[in-house]
Amino acid sequence: MVPPGQQVVCQLELNIEPSMLAEVRQTVRDIANRHGAVDDQPDALVLAVDEAFQNIIRHAYRDVVPGRVDFSAWIDDHDLWIRIRDYAAPVDLAKIRPRPLDDVRPGGLGTHLIRTVMDEVAYGHADDGRGNVLTMRKRLG
Amino acid sequence: MASLSHRLEESGDGVVLIFDGEIDMSNSKDVRGVILGALEKTASLSVDLSGVSYMDSSGIANLIEGFQRARSAKKSFKVSDVSDSVRMVLKIARLEAILLA
Repeated sequence: MVPPGQQVVCQLELNIEPSMLAEVRQTVRDIANRHGAVDDQPDALVLAVDEAFQNIIRHAYRDVVPGRVDFSAWIDDHDLWIRIRDYAAPVDLAKIRPRPLDDVRPGGLGTHLIRTVMDEVAYGHADDGRGNVLTMRKRLG
Repeated sequence: MASLSHRLEESGDGVVLIFDGEIDMSNSKDVRGVILGALEKTASLSVDLSGVSYMDSSGIANLIEGFQRARSAKKSFKVSDVSDSVRMVLKIARLEAILLA
């Protein structure tokens, strides 16, 4: 999961469901605070990871949870990288896109929130063909 | 599970719905029920989120639904106060002007 040579700050194997999101947020906030996040950066990272987990629960596991998720975080220079992998059926990557914000209606905001608060976001499929991988980067400090 | 409580207060011609805690996917269905239930009891609902330390897109969806339900019933719906964290999310979603009083 983590590229070789990187400073790993967290690796977790989780069986994720909505009731766990508060605990996940606290974990991310602790990581952010320990590694130089300032101002609203902890809030931004917490939001991005929460929305990513929500999307996995809703769209990858289609609300049939708990579902396995691997969470990794590592530091490269002043960049905090987060990688989240699920084991659901591969999703159509072309369908992962934010809806137009002018269309004010409930739902569909998660991807927009993630892309706005993170500096780099990439969706892909797991190399072994089982599941989906989201990799995100945020510059800290 | 996210911790959340709420209470209703009369205010002039309307009602203020005050939440305290966190709003996320684990309790957003409850939040939806509380908002829509409160909206049935008044022509003017104000939602106070100053005590909400975290709200994600599922909470935003609840607010948008409340706003739309109120508009179709010709009622007033607004968010009266927010924490910095909630303001950040509403700003990114470009909903400050629509929802915030």
